[in-house]
This record gives sequence, C-alpha cells and structure tokens, in this order.
Amino acid sequence: MTASVHSVAQVMAGPTGQRGWRARLAAWRVPLSILVLCLLPWVLPSQALAVNVLIYGLVAVGYNLLFGYTGMLSFGHAAFFGAGAYAAGLGIGQLGLPWYAAIPFGMLVGGALAFVVGLLSIRTRGIYFSMVTLALAQLVYYTALQANSLTGGENGLRGFTVARIELFGWPVDFLDPIKKYYVLMTFAAAALWFVSRVLGSPFGAVIEAIRENETRARACGYDVERSKVIAFTLSGLVCALAGTLFALHLAIVPLDTLSIQTSGMIVMMTLLGGAGSFFGPFIGALAFLLMEDVVALWTPHWQIVVGTVFILFVLFLPKGIWGTALAWRAGR
Amino acid sequence: MDAELIAMQLFSGVALGAILVMVALGLSIIFGMLGVVNFAHGALFMVGAYAGLYVATLTGSFWWGMLIAPLAVGAFGMLIERVLIRPLYKRSVDDPLLLTFGLGYVLVESVRIGFGNEGMPFPTPPELAGVADLGIGYFPIYRLFVVGVVAVVLVLLWLGLEKTRFGLIVRAGARDPQIMRVLGVDVAKVWLMVFGLGVGLTALGGVLAAPMRSVDPEMGALVLAEAFVVTVIGGMGSLVGAVVAGLLIGIAVSMTALFAPEMATIVMFALMALVLLIRPQGLFGKPGRA
Repeated sequence: MTASVHSVAQVMAGPTGQRGWRARLAAWRVPLSILVLCLLPWVLPSQALAVNVLIYGLVAVGYNLLFGYTGMLSFGHAAFFGAGAYAAGLGIGQLGLPWYAAIPFGMLVGGALAFVVGLLSIRTRGIYFSMVTLALAQLVYYTALQANSLTGGENGLRGFTVARIELFGWPVDFLDPIKKYYVLMTFAAAALWFVSRVLGSPFGAVIEAIRENETRARACGYDVERSKVIAFTLSGLVCALAGTLFALHLAIVPLDTLSIQTSGMIVMMTLLGGAGSFFGPFIGALAFLLMEDVVALWTPHWQIVVGTVFILFVLFLPKGIWGTALAWRAGR
Repeated sequence: MDAELIAMQLFSGVALGAILVMVALGLSIIFGMLGVVNFAHGALFMVGAYAGLYVATLTGSFWWGMLIAPLAVGAFGMLIERVLIRPLYKRSVDDPLLLTFGLGYVLVESVRIGFGNEGMPFPTPPELAGVADLGIGYFPIYRLFVVGVVAVVLVLLWLGLEKTRFGLIVRAGARDPQIMRVLGVDVAKVWLMVFGLGVGLTALGGVLAAPMRSVDPEMGALVLAEAFVVTVIGGMGSLVGAVVAGLLIGIAVSMTALFAPEMATIVMFALMALVLLIRPQGLFGKPGRA
C-alpha cells in the first residue's frame, strides 16, 4: 500500500530533472501563499479587491480539491459557499452566536450539505455529475428563496453586523478594512495549510489516482466511492469556510451567493488560474476579479469580456495561467 | 378542489412539460450523438425567445418569428459547433462543457447589450388568444397550440430518425461513430447537423414559451437546470425518456403549484434526487452509461 502511494507521489513530482525546484516550491507553498496574502492589501488597487481575492481565492482552493485534484467537475459549489454564509449570518443574527462560533457553525452546515449532495451526486459520473450538482445547487437556491422568513428571500440575509470583536482580550475594530482583512486571512491561511496537508497525505495521492484512472484506482483496492465523498465533503467544507468569511466581511448575504452564476464563477476562476495546481485557484481569483474591476470601468457588460477570455482559455490554455507557466518552465 | 380546476392545472402542466420536452430533446440528441453536454442550451433557449420576438416585431407576425427564429438560431448553433466545439472532441469530456458554459455567459451578456436588462412582454398572437371550451373546462387556446406544435415536431422527429437515411446515420452514429467513419460516412458533417438540430429545438422551445411568460436575459438559467433534471430522470441520451420525463416534470410542477405553491420550484429537484437514489441511470437510461 505505502509503496504504491510513494510511486504515485513520485510520478506526480515529474521527471527527475525538474524535481529540484518543483519539490522546493511544493515544500514552501503554504508559507509562500500566506506571505502573498499578507502583502495583498498593499499591492492591489483597493482593499475591497484584496478581501474579495482572499475569499473567492479560498472558495476556488476548496473547489480545486474536487475539480483539479479528484477530477470531478462540480457545477454546484455555490451551494456550499452560500450555505456557509447563510449559516454564519443566521448563527449570529438568530442564535446569538459570537463571531468565532459562527465560523465553525457555518462550516458544519455547509460541510453537512456537501456530504449529502456528495453522496447523491457521486452515484453518477462524468458529465452527469456536473448536471446533477448543478441541479442540486438550484434546489438549495430555490429553497433559500422560498424560506423567506428565515433567509430574507430575494433581499438576502441581513441584520447580523459585527462591528467590534475581541481577540484574546484585545478589542479590534471590525469595520476597519485592514484589520478585518488580517483577521479573515488567519482563517484562510489555516485552511490553506489544511488543504496542503490533505494533498500531501496518502489520501491526496489516492484522489489524484482516481482523477488519472478511476478503474485502475479501484483495481488497486481503493474505495473510490468513499474517497470521492470525502473529497467532496472536504471541498465543500473549505467553500463553506470561505462563505462564513464572506458573511462576516459583508454583514449581509445576498441570495446571489447561492446562484448558478456564483457556481460558474468558481469554476471559471479555478480554470483560469490552473486546475490541479496549488497556487492556481488564487491566481485565477485574482485574474478574474482584476479583469472584472478593470473592464467594469469601461462597460457594465464586463461578463462578455470575462466569458470570452474564459472560452479562449478552454480552447488554447486549458491548464490555466499557473499550469501553463509550470509546463513552460518544465519544458525548457 | 373541484375536478375542473385540477383538469385545467393538469393541462397547463402538459403545456409546460411540452416546452421542457423541446429543450431536453435538443440536449439529449446532442449528447447522444456528440457526447457533449451543451451548457449554453439554456442561453440558446433565451436567444430563441428573443429572436422570435425580434422577428415577430419586425414582420408583425408571430408565425414568421416561430418559423425563422429556430432556423436562424439552429444555423448559429452549427457555427458554434464548427468553430468552438469541434476542436475539443479529442480532449476530455469536461472541455466542451466548460466552453459552452462560458458561451452561455457571453450570450446572456450580448442579449443584455442588445435588448437591455429588463424583461419584455411577448404578446400572445391574436389568432391564438382566448380560451376554448373542451367540455371539461376552459383551456387557453395558445397552450393547446403549444402542445399541438410539440406533438407535430415529435412525430416529424420520429419519422426523420426512423424512416430516413439521415436518421439511420444519426442512430448508427450514436452507437459507434468509428464504424460509421470506416463505412465512409462524413461523421463531422452529421455532428454539425445534429448540433444545429438540437439547438434549433431549444430555440423553438424558447419561442413557444415566450408568450406564456415574458422574455428576459436570465430566463435560460432555470430552463437549463430543468432540462438537466428532465434528462437525468428520463435517462441521458434517451429520446423517449426526455419526452416522458419532460411531461412528468411539467405535470408535477403545475400540480404542486396548485396544492403547495411554495414547493413548486423545488419538487422537480426532489424528484431527481429520488430517481438518483433508486435508478441512477434514469428511467429509460441504460445502466453503465450513468
């Protein structure tokens, strides 16, 4: 068992010639990501953009675990992002939870939802899986729309503003964007470390094996269904965490967080950056949001530009920005 | 709750289902042949409705809109297949799906640029306005017309697939494109036609649906999800499945709207979950393909 895991990890590391810099990059991927996240508010044109890159980047990281590493193209991850956001908002507004308890509460709800959706949708494969996840996410969307009294329906969830928090006895003004950014970033950093650990574990090798060849992974004795459900749930859990951070950040949860457009945006960001690479999702979120920011200055119809760029990427650069850069570097 | 109301609601479910059948059939035909799930299908439904509205306003006649819009959008579909999807056949099945999703984005935004964000009314053609008394109740003539048109299209489609040489090629090509190529059939051309046909069907669905609602750029998103539900329940690639499941969903939705209105949008997804639990390949799907 261990021997096969090792060989998979070695194969993934690429040809021996490139192992040096690739291995070093992989070993430092979490500290490097955190460093970049720390610098983000100072480098980007606006702090609002930095928070969005942080949150959507984290969603894309969670999604990448499923799409990039397990090879399952879900079109419904807005459901877990939105569920985390709604649960955190409801936890603070209705149940009177403190903000730090709202985060695990949102993750619990989003993770449980991901578990159920995962159980149902992994009964299908390939294209069917994408369709089923999309349809189940629509079910969540319409449920939230109908449960007006609880979720606020079309107006979104309101009434849970967190203005000031206590960090180990220190009062922190949560309305100050920079302070808020670094508080939220701490959670994102923890999630990045967690995802990196999962990917580096034997389980990480198993899901990559499923992506490469499901039949062979099964023949090797791995429980493919169970691994898929676990990957799906972990992925949903990270997205739910991002959702809770989103709720804390905005202090309102628009219904749109659950929509098919949000699901699609997550897919686009992941693919633009490079599915199946550690840095890809954040780069994709950055590229997507920057593009949105810049194009929106010219025209309200920025989606047409983003959509066209996405089509061109699918056609000509399916490995995304980071994946293409890696391949180019390795090919030299 | 009297019987007449139930009959009327049942009938409007059939009309709703008939539209879904058009959309799901297009999706299923394309998938059965090309192995591509067209995520722009909902957007093309919306484009069909707008094209119908445009032509109808231009010519002053709904009939021209109904005739020209599906043909024009179908031709546009062939262009999409030729330029965007054909380069992807040798790649992973996810790639055409991702591409058509991005295309849906572009189409929705293009329509917003051309026609604005707000919804527009699509008047029922005067010849088809009003209600007809069928003895068991009064039914809107337009809905009867929709059901009639869909029935005619289904018969034509069935004849085309079963009785013509092109249908024979399509059916054989769905089984084994490799052999078809060996036998000297230009499979690429057949796929082009099939993609155009599938897109034309959804555009026709869009035109037919428009007078029963209004047209707006977002109308495709829900329809896409509904069509997915229908194809998952009916069994992917099964044309009979698409028809049966489409009608089933239409009736289920409108009956729930009568008895528990707040559940109407949710019930079809619950049905899909149920089918997935009991029969993952769908009602008419072959096991192993799911």
